[in-house]
Amino acid sequence: MHRDPNLYDFWPYKDRPKIVWPGQKKLAFWVAPNIEFYELDPPINPSRKPWGRTHPDVVPYSARDWGNRVGHWRLMEVMDECGVRGSISLSCAMLDHHPEIIQACVDRDWEFFSHGIYNTRYSYNMTEAQERAVIEDSIKSVMDATGQRIRGYLAPALTHTERTMDLLAEYEFWYSCDLFQDDQPQPMKVKGNNRLVSMPYSLEVNDVITYGVYHQSPRAYADALMRHFDQLLEEGEESGTVMCIPLHAYLVGHPHRMGPFREALRYITSHRDDVWVTTAKEIAEFYLANHYDQSLADIKARGCARPGTGFNPEGDAA
Amino acid sequence: MSTLPDSYLTYAQRKAGPDHDYYPASPVRDRAPVTLPDQAALGLWVVVPLEFFPLNPSGQPFKAPGAMQTPYPDLRHYTTRDYGNRVGAYRLLKLFNKLGLRATFAVQGAVAERYPVLVRDLVADGHDICAHGWDTDSLHHSGLTEEVETGYITRTLDAIETAGAARPDGWLSPARAEGFATPARLAGAGIRWFADWAHDELPTRFSTPAGDLAALPLSNELDDWQILIAYTRPEHEWHAQVSDAADWLAAEAKQLASPRILTLTIRPYVSGLPYRIRPLADSLKGVLDRTDTRVVSPRDLLAALG
Repeated sequence: MHRDPNLYDFWPYKDRPKIVWPGQKKLAFWVAPNIEFYELDPPINPSRKPWGRTHPDVVPYSARDWGNRVGHWRLMEVMDECGVRGSISLSCAMLDHHPEIIQACVDRDWEFFSHGIYNTRYSYNMTEAQERAVIEDSIKSVMDATGQRIRGYLAPALTHTERTMDLLAEYEFWYSCDLFQDDQPQPMKVKGNNRLVSMPYSLEVNDVITYGVYHQSPRAYADALMRHFDQLLEEGEESGTVMCIPLHAYLVGHPHRMGPFREALRYITSHRDDVWVTTAKEIAEFYLANHYDQSLADIKARGCARPGTGFNPEGDAA
Repeated sequence: MSTLPDSYLTYAQRKAGPDHDYYPASPVRDRAPVTLPDQAALGLWVVVPLEFFPLNPSGQPFKAPGAMQTPYPDLRHYTTRDYGNRVGAYRLLKLFNKLGLRATFAVQGAVAERYPVLVRDLVADGHDICAHGWDTDSLHHSGLTEEVETGYITRTLDAIETAGAARPDGWLSPARAEGFATPARLAGAGIRWFADWAHDELPTRFSTPAGDLAALPLSNELDDWQILIAYTRPEHEWHAQVSDAADWLAAEAKQLASPRILTLTIRPYVSGLPYRIRPLADSLKGVLDRTDTRVVSPRDLLAALG
């Protein structure tokens, strides 16, 4: 076990080379609806229980299914109204369970990225072959159903192994949403000559954290989102920032929460002169083409670059 | 079921004052007036812990607040904590510059070793630096041998000095945890003041077999982690509580003709987030806009102790 993942280098948030988003925009804004499937009776991974109670754990299971029957459609309408295309963090089994949702997303030209197969199948204790199978299944299933080649990843239920990021890079993913170390993209340290970007996913303004961990009210959530936005927009003047709102329709989609959330989304998307309302894939593509090398050079010039790659601090030579 | 021995009802320390020899009883209202710079009625002391949370903590003898929570590798908590040192800390530095606020950064040895450029940036901005132990998984407790505990202390002081700051003479333990011998071992290692104990609102003397320390007050109840994370209060409530505390302490200072100290612990991974930095700025501005208030440093607090 490692003390430090070594997946990225320290990089002080000060005097970094300037990022300017397309159209001279200061902030790249994206919304990540997590469209997830949680199984009623999943197999057990020894490292984590899928449900709090014995199976079937009826209320939390059905509350999540509610998200796919009710909440999703409500959230999608609000995003339509605000002109936001989603970047979907997808439990890939949703392609089989709820093709009606997938089709609605395809119709809107939303982006799909993989969030594993089910959110009740964790990466812990997987062999390399098993982890590869999940990634290959994700790529093929989304391609077959939508024609999209997925370029992003968020590990199912935020569960990883030491090899996850190296595998993503090997399979030509462009970005991972798994690290929360920054408000700007950053090159990740992966094996070989592959390039992988750490995409800011703003976990702290995720509705699961707001409602499930911090127990905030819907209005407090909307206020926090707007303050988060104001701050990152102001800083984006100096060098372009990224703000993501990670969402779960089964949480934010409730009638007592949608109103304040819609206010926040309307507020944010009313700043289009300065804000690039986009998808994660488009941010990654632009960053790779225009700012990836510049970031690496700056980290090196500041003396912050350390040897090795993720979970391999000595590098392949050692 | 076993029963208790009769010794359970013997009380060796049942006497006037505390049940230890570190300090005597001393009601705060009976103390001689203290003095702060510019005759301020209210001193504001801001402490910013810079912590390193290892990805593979032992969790012994307990898990520090903020430590990893999910099975290895818990990239989620590792990176949200590390965010504080690389992004949140710089957001705080920018804010402090704007406000002209000189804070005390409590730096862990592992942070100094890993991120020396951060330590140099603190020094360049004129902030005070104290030691904050090695890391959040190197907790001080009574089970440590003298060699191990003294090693944590000197290794931390060495790392901060090597990174480019003056060798600290102030200390905050990781998670504010101590063993019975910790204060004496700190004094023996050249530490003059520490801020682990929450027993007072003014600086006090703290006796150890290796010499006296100054115990500086540091509220655990108004700490940002306590209010925002442990009590899960929204930011505007923390703001209101800071403002209420300032009002109360300033009124008390006037009544007692002796200044009081408002102490705030601000964590970069908590208060340095984009959605929390503005409420923090408002809170600090509110306190600093008072004409009776001055920012104080550990030196000022030691001088007040006399």
